[in-house]
Amino acid sequence: MKTYETYLLDRAKVEGAHQLATYKKLGGYKGLEKTLKSGLTPAAVVDEMKKSGLRGRGGAGFSTGMKWSFMPDITKDPRTRYLAINADESEPGTCKDRVLMEGDPHGVIEGSLIAAYAIRASAVYIYVRGEYRLSHDRIAAAVKEARAANLVGKNILGSDYSCEVFMHKGAGAYICGEETGLMESLEGKRGHPRQKPPFPAQSGLWNSPTTVNNVETVFNAPFIVERGAAWHAAIGTQNSKGNFLVCISGHVNKPGVYELPFGVTAQEILEEKAGGVWKGRKLKAWFPGGSSCALLLGRDVDVVLDHDSLRTRGSSLGTAAMVMMDDHTSMARVMEVIARFYEHESCGQCSQCREGTQWLSQIFHRIAHGLGQDDDIATLEALAKGMAPAKTICALSDAAAIPTLSAIKLFKDELTQCIRDGRDPLGIPAPKYATVGAH
Amino acid sequence: MALPKPLTAEFDELVKNYPERRAALIVALHRCQEELGGWISPQTMEDLAEYFALEPVEVFGVASFYPMFNLRPVGRHVVSVCHNISCDLRGAQDVIAKACEVTGAPLGGTSKDGKWTVKHVECQGACANAPMFDLDGVYHEDLTIEKVAKILGAVR
Repeated sequence: MKTYETYLLDRAKVEGAHQLATYKKLGGYKGLEKTLKSGLTPAAVVDEMKKSGLRGRGGAGFSTGMKWSFMPDITKDPRTRYLAINADESEPGTCKDRVLMEGDPHGVIEGSLIAAYAIRASAVYIYVRGEYRLSHDRIAAAVKEARAANLVGKNILGSDYSCEVFMHKGAGAYICGEETGLMESLEGKRGHPRQKPPFPAQSGLWNSPTTVNNVETVFNAPFIVERGAAWHAAIGTQNSKGNFLVCISGHVNKPGVYELPFGVTAQEILEEKAGGVWKGRKLKAWFPGGSSCALLLGRDVDVVLDHDSLRTRGSSLGTAAMVMMDDHTSMARVMEVIARFYEHESCGQCSQCREGTQWLSQIFHRIAHGLGQDDDIATLEALAKGMAPAKTICALSDAAAIPTLSAIKLFKDELTQCIRDGRDPLGIPAPKYATVGAH
Repeated sequence: MALPKPLTAEFDELVKNYPERRAALIVALHRCQEELGGWISPQTMEDLAEYFALEPVEVFGVASFYPMFNLRPVGRHVVSVCHNISCDLRGAQDVIAKACEVTGAPLGGTSKDGKWTVKHVECQGACANAPMFDLDGVYHEDLTIEKVAKILGAVR
């Protein structure tokens, strides 16, 4: 098995690393110290991020340094600025930020503070999904420790930089992982995404300049500050730099969260890290980056897992959540589950999404249950094309349409046969549901 | 009626974290659900509205948006089984069936003795340890039918 240099998960594997003493023993807070004490200006930190090639790990893959540079010039715009950390991890298949928050919460705080310094924010809000109680409590405890050690609060480490870190909780809504939905939720409202523009950097939380970053994204910042942009830019492929966390789940022998440099193939991750497809079966299909990206066929596992390579295959890296399905999987069933999810999570503001996700869900449900109708595939296709691209306030509608269109493209014969025969071609029975009552 | 003193004292501190008081509403709803019987009653919504100087319907609007808030009474123990893709591929439907069987609760409902509520939820971020459920706020992962029976059977 090939080995690679790791850094993201190293501390999380050490017993007690969630406590300040151990974290510091492992080299923690050196990145923050360098940021605040070696004369690095906020602009220099932003520049370093740009040069490092770091791209956001929340799904969109946008340049982190670029995003930070969108914040307005503080000499012309003196409004209070905020950093919101998106720890509302809820893209199906994604479970990586949790590993960092539970095992290495000080790393999340240190990264957040460097990001906050770069954008000159005076407060950080860490928005943790409500179900992640341990993640929330670990970070909250770490913030307390950090505040007592002058790492959070006024004049951090004796510098003239002051920044508060506050905890916030979500309550189960996927849409609050969308940055403007997250801001509404942080303001104590329903998580309805906002129309853009204005972008968060111009008018975000409480109408103030705001940057929203994913947990894993800011977690990278201390390493980059400490080791230099050139070190980071030397790892990976042309447009995807550094190490990243892959979540591999579904029909594999060893599902898990693994750290790898960009440039390895999905095959390598599947075979060498996840121990191959379970039960000696073959891979039929997979999502490379959560359920919001296009499905790929089993034979596509030769693809390099990075932004560009996946785009050439018609999919995307998303959150690097590989969901693997063996050759005993009913695709009608898979799509029933996926479509039901988006129906449940649509916030209901835009008619394309509100109605579209309901229809997709109902149609996939009836196909999976042997009640498909002759024109269902044509209807699904027409619906999905009416929902995307970019027809709605946020991308949830697209996220439902993309897997739908890919399933039709790759598995049209199977779905057609399922409709014609009134049962799955593999003979897989639809699950019998327990009675659904009100809740 | 009003909210219990310890809760309002806690909220008085909480609102200081934000430039606007109502930002604390969602965290306050969590605390109310934890402390006041596992659900958000209409009375709790009225009390929260009064505390935050909002209309009760605004509090209802927020509470009803978020799946974690129970707007009806629930059992003394709540089992939330993930049924999203990674869990479904590894037997979430069997976990749901077993949880309902062991507890006597219908899916999405409460057992007759008021002890259990079993519901299904979307992705809980435990995909690499599927299937899973959350029992009273604690994750139980890498479940098998046997483990489901054992874990739920041990709850008093």
